[in-house]
Amino acid sequence: MISVQFQDFDFGHEYQQLAANNSKDGAVVCFVGLVRDYNQAHSVTGLHLEHYPGMTHKALEDIVAEAKTRWSLGRVRIIHRVGDLGISDQIVFVGVTSRHREAAFAANQFIMDYLKNFAPFWKKELTVDGPRWVEAQTKDHAALSRWQSAEVAINQAKKSSNNEIVT
Amino acid sequence: MIRVLFFGQLKEQLECAALDLDAQSIATPSTLGTLLNYLQHAYPQWRDQLQDKSILGAINQTLVSSEHRLIDGDEVAFFPPVTGG
Repeated sequence: MISVQFQDFDFGHEYQQLAANNSKDGAVVCFVGLVRDYNQAHSVTGLHLEHYPGMTHKALEDIVAEAKTRWSLGRVRIIHRVGDLGISDQIVFVGVTSRHREAAFAANQFIMDYLKNFAPFWKKELTVDGPRWVEAQTKDHAALSRWQSAEVAINQAKKSSNNEIVT
Repeated sequence: MIRVLFFGQLKEQLECAALDLDAQSIATPSTLGTLLNYLQHAYPQWRDQLQDKSILGAINQTLVSSEHRLIDGDEVAFFPPVTGG
């Protein structure tokens, strides 16, 4: 389930929703992103999060769908907040369940990496020097490469297995 | 009619959140790239911002490349690289 909302969320409640009546899954991995007080060499006093309402939900759904093609997952929960946030406020929650931990760990990180690059949210920081739009970071873009290289490896494996079938 | 939306810092720089264009006014065959060129000519004051290579484009709420074809009724959005999470 995906939520884009102004209000805060309760980590304990979200964990319970992922774990309750879910006896087949032995792993729950949850990530929470918080507002830092210092970013890109600026002292931050608050944050405004803008998004593209018509696209946000769809973009997150596509990311979850892609994760489910890569790993066998149970439940997936994403909450992303928008609007005005203060220091240490919760921004984002990603929770994933799976039978074993490897898939839940990997899928959670995959979802965050893709969210950082493809979900249409923009942060405007309130700093001691005035408001500033946060710049996209190359490290977030670079983080995709670990999943793309896996994709390349998968495609190569598929090709070689196809070749085996042909020959 | 093609609806064009702007978000984030780009929206602030252009001082425009949305505009509607007559689909006939854009060159044919029209793509996201030709629309961007059209906007630069129609709104010269936006040229510098719209020439920024990092701008992303979406058609009907899906990220696409500049070669993607446009049709009447599409919703187009331009925005800077995303910074959520």
